[in-house]
Amino acid sequence: MTEKQLLKSDSDVKTAIAKVAATIVNDFKQGIIDNFVLVGIQVHGVSLAKRLIIEIEQQCGHQAPLGTLDITMYRDDIGIRRMLPIIRETEIPFDINDCNVILVDDVLSSGRTIRAALDALNDYGRPLKIKLAALVDRGNREYPITADYCGMELRVENDEKIIVELNGDEAEDSICKAAWSNRLIANDGTLI
Amino acid sequence: MSITKNVKWSKKDLLSIYDLTAEEINIILDTAEEFKKVSQRNVKKVPALRGKTVVNFFIEPSTRTRMSFELAEQRLSADIINISASTSSLKKGETLLDTVRNIEALQADLIVMRHSAPGAQSFIAKHVSAGILNAGDGAHSHPTQALLDIFTIREKKGSLKGLNVSIIGDIVHSRVARSNIWGLLKLGANVTVAGPSTLVPREFEKIGVRVCHNREAALEGADVVNLLRIQHERQRGGFFPSIGEYSRFFGLNADAAKYLNPDALIMHPGPINRGVELDSSLADGPQSVILEQVTNGLAVRMAVLFLVAGCLEK
Repeated sequence: MTEKQLLKSDSDVKTAIAKVAATIVNDFKQGIIDNFVLVGIQVHGVSLAKRLIIEIEQQCGHQAPLGTLDITMYRDDIGIRRMLPIIRETEIPFDINDCNVILVDDVLSSGRTIRAALDALNDYGRPLKIKLAALVDRGNREYPITADYCGMELRVENDEKIIVELNGDEAEDSICKAAWSNRLIANDGTLI
Repeated sequence: MSITKNVKWSKKDLLSIYDLTAEEINIILDTAEEFKKVSQRNVKKVPALRGKTVVNFFIEPSTRTRMSFELAEQRLSADIINISASTSSLKKGETLLDTVRNIEALQADLIVMRHSAPGAQSFIAKHVSAGILNAGDGAHSHPTQALLDIFTIREKKGSLKGLNVSIIGDIVHSRVARSNIWGLLKLGANVTVAGPSTLVPREFEKIGVRVCHNREAALEGADVVNLLRIQHERQRGGFFPSIGEYSRFFGLNADAAKYLNPDALIMHPGPINRGVELDSSLADGPQSVILEQVTNGLAVRMAVLFLVAGCLEK
């Protein structure tokens, strides 16, 4: 098990989530994204989306519906990545046509996940607008993609991985880094 | 959906249920759950196998399995070639291995294969780097049929553990029966096989199933009954006196169905011989999940293609 190094503590993470929510609420109040929904990218984007929904409701009283999106079927690296392709639930319980979708992921890096997510969303309908919310922008972009709502920028080495742990009320939130070479294994067996 | 824990899929071939662990079967079923949703969407296609070439190599006739595989491949965005016995050079005297090597030389990534000789796919899989999916080898194995049957049972009943599953019909000639038995036992079901003694030999007890030569005893307390077609093409004759007699003693009709548990599922891998192994009133009745099996077959085949494609050498 690799050493994890703490980058941001509980209060920093909570402040960043509140900041992302506030920028979304601001766009909402200005009418840029009326009638919006949050779609979290499996798996860590979903927990962030849930937290954002609570935060947004506290800030402006708007209850945004939650969808989840698994992009495994839309990846462009089948056969390149030696990783068990666990497919998690995609559940979009609303019609995304003519609504504003905020895609949510914990860490934005190469942009390839978002590229796949855009393809996947496309197969569910034609949203009015798609916006992107991320807690951490770690740079290293390989695609022309940027976050509309971003909590913080963090720079780490290429061989390092940023790990966002959102535990809410149960335990402290944190953002850590660890080496890619010895990737950590989550409780459910997935690589994180 | 139950995510399978701490297990890795690492097989480039799907040759037999016998080779799979319970965990691997569950990975396929969990993956299939998500692929089933793809077929329920407006856009029924995902780019998971974009740029991959899949060859459907059917040396033995097949309609539904081939159609199901072909559609599954299309929904995964793969490129597809179909070869059947009559159009292959096997007719010109080429060996099976040479034919497959020629297919591979065209950079086929996956080969879905049906062959009348048991073990043909396992033999080929040892000699080529393309992934091989067994779509039926003689009376030996038909893994995707068993997986779709098990998927359907799991979807309806939640779990296979402790369920009483009875398979009635021509067990000895049936690759569907063998594959189902292996899969069901691995997932903890109690399996009964039933039919005339000529078609259901006692030897099956050795692999851990109950052997029954009486319809009512096989149906009593069953949670699932899977009826198999009497396979004329695999019989060299003389296993039972007549179709009428088979139907009278082993066919499922409304009277016999009273022995089943009230919420039992009625399954059939198709094609049905109505009035022989299964009466129309039951085939079309509320307990029948026969058409759902067909729908689920598509999802299961998408899942299997997706999983093995992830394990190919670059």
